[in-house]
Parts: sequence; C-alpha cells; structure tokens
Amino acid sequence: MKKEFERIERAEKNRRLAKNIITYTLLTIWALIVLFPFYWMVLSSIKSYSSYNSEYVPKFIAEAPTIQNYVEAFTAVPLSRYFTNTLIFTVITTALMLVVTVLAAFAFARLDFKGKNLVFTLFLALMMIPSELVIITNFQTITNLGMRNTFAGLILPSVTSVFYIYLLKENFEQIPEELYKAAKVDGTSDLKYLTKVMIPICRPTIVTIVILKIIECWNSYVWPRLITDDKAYYLVSNGIQEIRENGFGRENIPAMMAAVVVISVPLIILFLVFRRKIMAGVSRGGTKG
Amino acid sequence: MRKNLKAWLYLLPAILFLGFFMVYPLVDVLVYSFEEGYNSASQTFMGVGLYNYSYVLHDPYFLQAVKNTLILVIITVPVSTGLALLISLGLNSIKKLKELYQTVYFLPYVTNTLAVGLVFMILFKKTPYTDGMVNMLIKLFGGSSVDFIDGPYWAKMFVLCFYTVWIVLPFKILILTSALASVNEDYYKAAKIDGASKWRVFTRITLPMISPMIFYLVITGFIGAFKAYSDAVALFGTNLNAAKMNTIVGYVYDMLYGDSGGYPSYASAAALILFAIVFTITVINLLISKKQVSV
Repeated sequence: MKKEFERIERAEKNRRLAKNIITYTLLTIWALIVLFPFYWMVLSSIKSYSSYNSEYVPKFIAEAPTIQNYVEAFTAVPLSRYFTNTLIFTVITTALMLVVTVLAAFAFARLDFKGKNLVFTLFLALMMIPSELVIITNFQTITNLGMRNTFAGLILPSVTSVFYIYLLKENFEQIPEELYKAAKVDGTSDLKYLTKVMIPICRPTIVTIVILKIIECWNSYVWPRLITDDKAYYLVSNGIQEIRENGFGRENIPAMMAAVVVISVPLIILFLVFRRKIMAGVSRGGTKG
Repeated sequence: MRKNLKAWLYLLPAILFLGFFMVYPLVDVLVYSFEEGYNSASQTFMGVGLYNYSYVLHDPYFLQAVKNTLILVIITVPVSTGLALLISLGLNSIKKLKELYQTVYFLPYVTNTLAVGLVFMILFKKTPYTDGMVNMLIKLFGGSSVDFIDGPYWAKMFVLCFYTVWIVLPFKILILTSALASVNEDYYKAAKIDGASKWRVFTRITLPMISPMIFYLVITGFIGAFKAYSDAVALFGTNLNAAKMNTIVGYVYDMLYGDSGGYPSYASAAALILFAIVFTITVINLLISKKQVSV
C-alpha cells in the first residue's frame, strides 16, 4: 500500500516537473524572440562598418567593439536635433494635456452645472472617433494657418485625450465629497482645493497619465510626418525614417543601428523605472496607437 | 448662474481643443468627401456628389490596400490573441521568474515602432553582402533563402504579420494575465474535488470566465489591425504603393500628402469607407460577444 502511494506520488512529481520544463522552455523561446531584435541592434551598432559588411554570415558577437557608429550618428545626421525636437514636443504637449485634463476632470467630478451629463456623454462619444478621420481636416487647418513646420502645428492637435479626462474624473470622484464641502465652509477657493487637495491625493493616476502620454508623444509618427517636411522640425520617428532613406548612405547599417539604440534607450529606461505604473496604466485602458 | 459659468470656464480649454481638432474635423471630413474636384490651392470645388467614393473604390491602389489590410487582419488577430492566451496561461502557471518574463514580454510596447521596424527589416533583408539573420536560420534548416523585404508578396506579408504580432502581443498578454489571475480560486478547487480533467477545467471554467476580456481583445485587435500603417512604413519605407504593401490608412495619407498627395477629398472618402468597415465589424463583434458571453 505504502509502496503504491510512493509510486503514484513520484509519477505525479515527474509529471509536474515535465510540465514545468515545457512551460519554461516555451516562455523562454518567446522571451528570446522578444529580446533578439534589441540584442541585434546593440550588437550591430558596435560592429565597425567594415567588419559588418564583411560578414556574409552575421556573427553573434562583435569581435572588435567600437563606438565610432555612435559618434557618426550624432555628427553625420542631425540626431541631436531630432532628439531635442522630440523632447520639446513631448514636454509641452504633456504639460498642456495635463492642465486641460485636470481642469476638465475637476469640472465633471465636482462642479454642478446645467447640461453636465449631456456634455460628458458627448465627450465619451468622442472617444470612439478614430484619429484617421479627423487628421485630414487638421492637416488642412494647420496648413492654411501657415503652421506647418512649427512646434505649434505639431503640438496643438496632439494635446487632448478624452480617455485621460475620463480616467482622472473617475479618480477625482473617489475623493469624499465631505472634504470638498468642508473646504468650502473654510472658504477655500475651488482652484486652491484642486491644487492643494485633489491633485496630491490623485498623484498616482496623474503620474500614470503623464507617462502614457510621454510614450505616445515619443513614438508619434503620422502627424509629425504630415506636418513637417523641414528636417529642422523632425521628431525621432521621422528622423529615423529620414536616416533610413537618405541618411548615412544606404548601406551603413551599423550607424543606423546606433541611431536606433539612441532613440530606443530613453523609453526603455523610463519603462524599467516605472514598470508597475506603466503596466497598471496600460491595462486600465491604453491601446497601442 | 455664477456656478454654471465657473464650471464652463474649467471646461473651456478641453472644449476648445476638442471642438477645433475633433468635432469640426468630423463634420468637415464628411463635407470634403462629397465635394467633387476639390482643389487644394484655390480651395474651390466643382460639384457635390459621390464621385470621390466611386473614384476611390475603382482605384487599384486602394483595392490593393484593402486586400493587404484584410489579409493582415485575418491573420494577425487570431494568431496574436491565441498566442497571447497560450503565453498568459504559461505565465499564470509559474511562480519563479514570473515578473521577469512579464517585464520582458512588455518591452515591445514601449519601443518606437519605426526604430525597431528598422531592426526587423535588417534581420529579414537579403542584400548582396549578406543573406541576413533569418535567411541564415532558414538555410540552417535546409530551406532556400528569400528576400522578405523586396521579394515575393507572401514573404513581405509574412514579415508584416510577424512584426504586427510582435508589436501587439504585450498589450494582449498584459490584459489576459490579469484576467486569468482574477478568476476565483474556488471554482478550480471545486473542479478538483469533482475530478474534472484539465481540458474540461479550461473549457468550462477558465475560458468562460475570461471570455469578456478575450472579446475585448478581439474587438480592439480588429480596430487596431484595420488601422495598421506605421509598421508597414517601418519595414518597407514610405513608398508603400511601389512595394505593393500599402494599407488603407496608408492610402489615406498618401492621398493627402507626399508625391501622390493633394487630394483631401479622395482621402476623406477613403477614411470614411475605412470607418464604415471598422464600425460594421465592431457591431458584428459586439452582437456575437453578447450572445456568447451571456451564456
């Protein structure tokens, strides 16, 4: 009887072990597929031009690593200019978005006014509208206003995101109404209440929104491509496309890869630092694009 | 009254931005799509009618774009959803290193589509100097090399689908892992006591419990795949028509701007056709999901 029991237990243990091995193997295979492009771009970026091109069968390690490609990425093409542009674009867009979002969310969450429900419903309806539909007119508007190749033209149509207003409004509403009433009795103004009480309490949500917006700005490609054709106003996405099409000479792959690494690193660092926040924020309703 | 005014004041920035860059364009795009022979330079048009729609629907570039987009949708939505489900089930059944795997799987979400697309292009491309990484693998297993970037149609489509799946998986894995983790443990315990088989537990408990999330992913997946564009640009360059790899959204932008641009009316008509397709499919999806999920 005891022997039988041990036999069954051992079999069960083996089965579990086998299952674990299979699971981990499959998970690792996918992890490698995810990581491989990153490995490959770093690897190619530290190979010298001549050694890269002499490898008919690409090698998996760089025998003589060099930083020459990074030097070239910053000198042969205006990569630092693309970088600064993206930074300016991201900072201003995110800041404006934050002001607009906080004010609107506050109005919806705490203030009473006629037609509030109707306006809020209209806002929600706008969430369904794909950007592809409105981009055509926006392109015409900005062009007619003579704002092509300006930061204003890049930024203004990119500011509002109805979804963030919705997200923050939900969060604001969780703060007890009594707190607001007490502040009113004390004679605190709405604006002061908003900045001194609500914003600090809802900081986690606000940080999430800001990070998601930064990712969105850093990766935006379509609008900047439509609205800028002067290299002085390119963002990194357009910059990389430009580098690919007429950059270092078509075949200088290592230098291109150096540029790709430089562009990818800031977001990856941001992600590794705010990993939990970003993942929680995205699962609450972000989609790509 | 003062209270009303103040509330509107708080809302004013949002209303201005949305009104100017979303509501007005929405009306305007409809107007554009019916204005025939619109001239961008003089801002005049010749008549009103359905000519723009008929032009777009007869344009071989548009039909090619529709074909590409449909293939992309039909392949990537089921593949990515299925793969995400498999990976999430795997993730959910392990304890050690779970966070590490989750972090790695999420990485593509935070990368620049254009930048990493360039890496994919290099991995798949065949040049006189090298066959490239992927072809090396194919040869290793005894196949013959193919140029995935400038070669046959199916090869280009394969890369585009592969890259799309790579890009969209993080979001799906994230959603499905949290859905799986939130299934009440008691159901599994009860099933264990009843001696239900693994497969039965999966089809009778896990799947029904997470089906709302799967449908959510299918719907957003359809919408996202129909709007594919930058992934294709990243792989094949900006001249997608020449590569025969254009998408519907790409067609819209090409009509608007660039060498083939200057036709906002055609662009509007194409965008509205896209919107109609996406809207119809979303409604169908919602109807099906209502039937399925409520059972």
